[in-house]
Amino acid sequence: MADSKYLVGVFDDGDELLHAVEDIRHQGVKIHEAYTPFAIHGLDKALGYSFPRMGVAAFLFGITGTLCALLLTFWTMGVDWPINVGGKNFFPFPTNIPIVFELTVLLAAFGMSFTFFFMEDLGPTSKPIIFDVRSTDDKFVVAIDLAKNKLSETEISKLLKESGASEVNVKEV
Amino acid sequence: MAHSTHEIPSTEERFEFKSETKRNLIIAALIGVVMVAIGSFLLSKGWSIGVWESHGGEHAAAGHEVAGHAEHGGEHGATLFARIIANIWMNSVYFLGISVVGAFFIAYNYIAKAGWSSSIKRVAEAMPSFVIVPGVILIILMALPSTRHIVMHWTHDGIMDPASEHYDKIIAGKAWYLNLPFYFVRLIAYVTVWYLGWKAIRKYSLLEDEMGGLENYYKGRNASKLFMVFFAVTASTSAWDLSMVIDTHWFSTMFGWYHLASWHVAGLATMMLTILLLKDQGYLKIVNESHLHDLGKFIFGFSVFWTYVWFSQYLLIFYANLPEETIYFRERFTGFQGRYWWPFHISLVLNFFFPFLILMARNSKRRPTFLKLGSVSVIIGHWFDFYQMHMPGIAKDQGGIGIIEWGTTLTFASLFIYFVANELSKANLYPKNHPFLEESMHHDI
Repeated sequence: MADSKYLVGVFDDGDELLHAVEDIRHQGVKIHEAYTPFAIHGLDKALGYSFPRMGVAAFLFGITGTLCALLLTFWTMGVDWPINVGGKNFFPFPTNIPIVFELTVLLAAFGMSFTFFFMEDLGPTSKPIIFDVRSTDDKFVVAIDLAKNKLSETEISKLLKESGASEVNVKEV
Repeated sequence: MAHSTHEIPSTEERFEFKSETKRNLIIAALIGVVMVAIGSFLLSKGWSIGVWESHGGEHAAAGHEVAGHAEHGGEHGATLFARIIANIWMNSVYFLGISVVGAFFIAYNYIAKAGWSSSIKRVAEAMPSFVIVPGVILIILMALPSTRHIVMHWTHDGIMDPASEHYDKIIAGKAWYLNLPFYFVRLIAYVTVWYLGWKAIRKYSLLEDEMGGLENYYKGRNASKLFMVFFAVTASTSAWDLSMVIDTHWFSTMFGWYHLASWHVAGLATMMLTILLLKDQGYLKIVNESHLHDLGKFIFGFSVFWTYVWFSQYLLIFYANLPEETIYFRERFTGFQGRYWWPFHISLVLNFFFPFLILMARNSKRRPTFLKLGSVSVIIGHWFDFYQMHMPGIAKDQGGIGIIEWGTTLTFASLFIYFVANELSKANLYPKNHPFLEESMHHDI
């Protein structure tokens, strides 16, 4: 990520940021990311994000858990070391449901969490770029990677100002 | 685009209950009665059109199947009449639950100060108007000795009298709770307090339409709180009184939850279906796919909850393997020539597997077609759920699913739709002065 040059637009209001994001994207500017102190309704749509496919991941992790649990209970209780419990079958289906349920939930939850950490680069070694430290307080920040845009720095800066940015800074990482 | 605000439709909308629809519903209800008559006639002649029905000759052989009832055998062998009464009882309980869940839904949304639900509130508000019909039917069935004896084993003469030959020590031990005066107090209290609680909530809601302001909202919320306190207790006790005591020897500590979960999800599905049908006719324009999504999540969540409670009850009994408990499932699996095996398992498929798979994805909870499929599955599934709760205990070896069942259900459903549609037409389809209606209009998830 060395030597990347970002243009950082700072807004005073979440609504202004939302409209600015819509406007400048409309002008063909590619936005790196927006940073806000709190979630802004509709910002994901304005940034053009597609709906996350985390549900698919959850399903796949979950079904893995289900199959693992069935295999585990079937092997341990039914094949490897069958125990007579109250004269029931060695592999009675209802008794397995709690463990099947638990492993499904466990793997789905862990799988989703780690997928999220991985995809969002939130691992213990990752160093997030802080474009403007005030974005955790009262400012709404949008970062634009200049290398990925055809428009020049001055043009984008002008666009940001026009759409209501209170200041436009340059940040080199 | 986020800043393009939704087009706000008018909050003035009124449901028109056409006289033609009224007539058709009444005809449907009458057809139901006729179907029961025809079905009974055919069965008495030994002809069976339905499934899992017994033919006349098998009657005698069925008695020994269930050991628990053999002690009192002979005295109350099930008859065709028992099957009809069982149908009326079962549909009354089912529709009583669906109706009262409307008030339950409003009450918890009021208490939680939920905003999104205010645009669909009038649909839920119309449902409890039907409470009075199944309520009165249940009271009548209990008041008449001949029908009471069919439904409730514990009401038999001498069953709690040590000197009598019918004395049953286990049932006699429950006499402090299962005695007729106390039972009637409870039954009448459920029906009247649920009905009056709904009336109060409804009254403040309608006053709000006229007067505006917050005063009626606060009053409605207080009425909801009182209703909720009462319903919290009676949801469980009514489950024991209306369903569990049919199998008098048997009890389950999970039963109150199980029964309420069944009522609740069926009520939510009915609400969803009503909303979708109203939308199909051009009403309820404010209700967008986010509302449907939220209500869909409710249906999905509570159908899983029902399964969870159902399975917890089943698993405990399965594990412990005590004869006095397993008899309940034995009757449903192999008892009475296995005639309740199918309804029991169909209930599981329609209440869990089908809605679980069909409503799991986000997009399917936002699409009317999927929601309709899911709701219909849940409504039919919980009909089967109540069927398998009540029938083995009341109709015993006379159970089955045939013209009688279809007829009774048709009658109840038509009457229910009549009452709900009638109540819907009495007021604006939105609570137009509700403080959260504005929030609900912009609901977007």
